[in-house]
Amino acid sequence: MTGEGAEDIEAIEVDLFVEALRRRYGYDFRQYNRASLTRRIRNLVTTFGTGTIGQLTDTLLHDAARLPEVISGLSVPVSEFFRDPASFACLRRDVFPALVSYPQVNIWQAGCARGEEVYSLAILLTEAGLYERTRIYATDISPDSLSRAAAGIFPARDLRDSAERYRNAGGTHSLSDYYHSRYEFSKIDTQLMRNITFAEHNLVTDGVFCEAHLILCRNVLIYFTNPLQNRAIGMFADSLVRTGFLCLGARENLEFSPERQRFQIVNAATQLYRLKPIY
Amino acid sequence: MIGASAGGPAALQTIMAGLHADIHVAVILVVHVRADTEDLMSPLLDRSSKWPVTTARERTRIEPGHAYVAPPGYHLLIERDRRFSLSVDKRISFSRPSIDVLFESAADAYGANLVGVLLTGANADGAAGMKRIREAGGTALIQDPADAAVPIMPQAALDMAGADLCAPLPELVAALNRMCRT
Ligand SMILES: C[S@@+](CC[C@H](N)C(=O)[O-])C[C@H]1O[C@@H](n2cnc3c(N)ncnc32)[C@H](O)[C@@H]1O
Repeated sequence: MTGEGAEDIEAIEVDLFVEALRRRYGYDFRQYNRASLTRRIRNLVTTFGTGTIGQLTDTLLHDAARLPEVISGLSVPVSEFFRDPASFACLRRDVFPALVSYPQVNIWQAGCARGEEVYSLAILLTEAGLYERTRIYATDISPDSLSRAAAGIFPARDLRDSAERYRNAGGTHSLSDYYHSRYEFSKIDTQLMRNITFAEHNLVTDGVFCEAHLILCRNVLIYFTNPLQNRAIGMFADSLVRTGFLCLGARENLEFSPERQRFQIVNAATQLYRLKPIY
Repeated sequence: MIGASAGGPAALQTIMAGLHADIHVAVILVVHVRADTEDLMSPLLDRSSKWPVTTARERTRIEPGHAYVAPPGYHLLIERDRRFSLSVDKRISFSRPSIDVLFESAADAYGANLVGVLLTGANADGAAGMKRIREAGGTALIQDPADAAVPIMPQAALDMAGADLCAPLPELVAALNRMCRT
């Protein structure tokens, strides 16, 4: 069999798998970029030991108990504390001063993975004296990731390895002030958890989640094709208060999104945008 | 499609400096660097070759006559409509960007119209990617491990995938110029 023939079969299998997931459970991955989606599905085949994607689809259809595992395999919650320190430094410098003027601040963090990013943000808000008046809504498609995030327990070395990024992000204390380690695990200080609400939200099928002054959605839209990316950007614009902020991942590209017109750029290197005021 | 790791920047400079600028192909490079480094490779290669070399941006179309470098900290993939996409999925062989991730997606997108080149390096990244390139009808060029600054990576690929040509750098450059002219 030629290589090309083999790939065509796989492309069909991926389509059928995506279709089964949508029709059986309502999760719609049709508009995800195919190359990385295909890789993740191949990984699921390996972890489930099904041999083929076709067999995996069969398991998925008949065994609803395995859905969370499939969703977490497809969403790959890879994150780290203070990823791209420059982006956090930029929030601190360009966004926090604007938030000070609001008595109550809402932040929506979409695609929070296991919480690394939301706790990083909570630390910087605390240091800026803003945490008390802030409510952070941290959402994700994956129930598995959300329960891990809410537990706030991480491998101790994840936090140890983040100290340098924390400093580069402009952190003014010691990162170890914010967690307690026991054996090989660290638990995030409950003080940081008080004003965070974790909730399931799917950027593909759900609507506006809350009214926000700042939305962070980093390294999620990179998995979406242009129409889906555009839908999310429009939804973010609808959620933001007048001149609210939107922070994306440092390598994201909005040039194909018509909804981009509703924003002005604040900092290109960190992909920070601000909703244009409408007069 | 070129992947390199330890000792890679120098080898990539040699290749890019030797590639004729009039061949009608796109060149895509992965080199293992620390995730927090800036885009250092593309300006370096841009200066030392006749090719315009930039860091690949997600969603943009791959243009012939242009060379692209994977951004540090991200996997670079190629979609079937020949645009770039990025992912921050787990490291593969301790690497992100990973050569396997790029090569495997490129094999799916380009099939027989793909030449994979694997150079010096200290882990086994790229071996699975080379295998897939060959399975999809593409061509695999591997730097002779004896010629490489660090032989582990080319050797791993030879063992797993074999090669259509295994030779020192200057011969790889000559072969690329020959193959890509037609
Ligand atoms: C690579 S992680 C990014 C984590 C973090 N924002 C960062 O930049 O480090 C992507 C996250 O997006 C989530 N995600 C993927 N598709 C989603 C969707 N349709 N709706 C909401 N979250 C989604 C995944 O579950 C995963 O946790």
